[in-house]
Amino acid sequence: MAGLILRRFIQMFFLLIGISIIVFLSMHLAPGDPARIIGGPTATDSDIQPLVVQYWNYITNVFQGDLGYSFQSGQSVNEAIATRFPNTLNLAIASIIVAIVVGVTAGTISALKQNSWLDVFTTTGALAGISIPNFWLGTLLILLFAVNLQWLPAGGLSAPFWTVTGMKELILPAITLGTGAAALIARMTRSSMLEVVRSDFVRTARAKGVRERVIIGIHCMRNAMIPVITVIGMNFGFLLGGTIIVEQVFAINGVGRLMIDSIADRDFPMVQGSVLLVASLFVVVNLIVDIIYIFIDPRISID
Amino acid sequence: MSSEVATNSVDLNQLEKESYFKSIAKRLVKNKLAVIGLIIIAIQTLLAVFAEFITVYDPAEQALTKQELPVGSERHWLGTDNLGRDMWSRIVHGARISILVGIGAVGLGLVGGVLLGMIAGYYRRLDNLIMRMMDLLFAFPGILLAMLVITILGTSLVNVVIAISIWSIPVCARIVRGSVLSAKKEEYILAQKSLGSSHLRIMFKHILPNITAPIIVFATMRMATAILSTSALSFLGLGAQPPTPEWGAMIAAGQDYMWTSPHMTVVPGIAIMLVVFAFNVVGDGLRDALDPNMDLNQ
Repeated sequence: MAGLILRRFIQMFFLLIGISIIVFLSMHLAPGDPARIIGGPTATDSDIQPLVVQYWNYITNVFQGDLGYSFQSGQSVNEAIATRFPNTLNLAIASIIVAIVVGVTAGTISALKQNSWLDVFTTTGALAGISIPNFWLGTLLILLFAVNLQWLPAGGLSAPFWTVTGMKELILPAITLGTGAAALIARMTRSSMLEVVRSDFVRTARAKGVRERVIIGIHCMRNAMIPVITVIGMNFGFLLGGTIIVEQVFAINGVGRLMIDSIADRDFPMVQGSVLLVASLFVVVNLIVDIIYIFIDPRISID
Repeated sequence: MSSEVATNSVDLNQLEKESYFKSIAKRLVKNKLAVIGLIIIAIQTLLAVFAEFITVYDPAEQALTKQELPVGSERHWLGTDNLGRDMWSRIVHGARISILVGIGAVGLGLVGGVLLGMIAGYYRRLDNLIMRMMDLLFAFPGILLAMLVITILGTSLVNVVIAISIWSIPVCARIVRGSVLSAKKEEYILAQKSLGSSHLRIMFKHILPNITAPIIVFATMRMATAILSTSALSFLGLGAQPPTPEWGAMIAAGQDYMWTSPHMTVVPGIAIMLVVFAFNVVGDGLRDALDPNMDLNQ
């Protein structure tokens, strides 16, 4: 098991290096070479270092924790990201909680009451959940709960999440972002549960007289959750991508919004830093999911 | 006598082919949701093809005397937007954009993905190199990869198509590679090899036709993702630019008028949702109809 985990870590390291090269090269392929922008109109070809040297300087700085400075404001990229990242992370975590609670509950009920109206309602709802554009859902939720009913704020994330205001601010964005993932988790839980409840060990447990609640809650859940965890892990990564859109809808000052503003301004160091952060997080989350997977299903390490 | 046998065998082949497609169609039609999906796609296609004939107004034609008319207004049954442009006309022309963008992005993604996946699956030596490159593209959340491509190419609808197709390539390549790996083991491929057929011939004439099922399912599902992502990128201002009647861009424009004219936001959203839903359920239905045991995550 340790060997497998070590191998995944090594793979992750090379993946991160690959990501940094892609991100770096994309900024240099874009019109308006950053080196020339910094150099100014008087810079000659001999003033510009070769791309390999530029990359080497960049990556050594990144390893020392320095992501560079904004072209627009001169602000340090580290600082800009540090102030915004907690908002993005709060949003992603809140929405994955919404997705897991709603998805697993709906999927389990749907499987246990197969072919009932509740099942039809859940499966159709899940299909709708996958198809709904989240930026539109967010807009509709604002229209209903913030404008018409005035129960929740229309946007912003100013208070910490443990305060009542903070929680209220998080509800609508978390639902908006979590809906698609909840739908996918519900579908996976349902099909996985349906498979497990029909297996022999469940019949044996029933024959032994184990209480139904224990069978479903412990025996079935643990086995049915293996594929669900993969879906959850994959979705956490996608949620990080999704925050880019939802932050825009709810005017949340997060990394996603920083990224879009920086793309519009062609502020390359900012784009580079924020993309590198989100992509690296995505890779790390995937690694964590892989490791959890190994612990839950020991057969994987034998394979 | 021999010609009779030959004719018979042709007939049998024909019959087998027909019954294969018929049985798929039959299984697909049994799936109620898939039928609803097919109807929605058919309507969208008709709207896209005959857009000029079904609409009276030009989608970009402004009428400053008829701003923000509500749904159900005379001569503008879906109302007008803040510049007095007919919403029905914009939705219909938006259907054309959405379907073209979907076909473009998925088509380009398929070309790249099928080629790379076939090469990786067929030539073991190139497998590792190609698939590690695909892993690298996989390491980016899709929307992020698309945004990175747009940073390089600039904001426009065409660039969004390219960006989404690049995002589709690794997903498609993985599916194709897996299918090629299992198809390669079949005896008919061995037979072709011993007959001295060229690699290209084996790949494109013998393997490709046998792995179309997962490719078709992928393409259908991907249409949904492509349409959804295009609208999301346009909503963010990175795709279609005004006055293009793209659904996502229309929602973004409608946001400022949410209090006075919610239909500007609601109507294009319903359009996107219906179309994405349609491609998702048809994709689901096709997967079940083509092969109930097919694993797309291989």
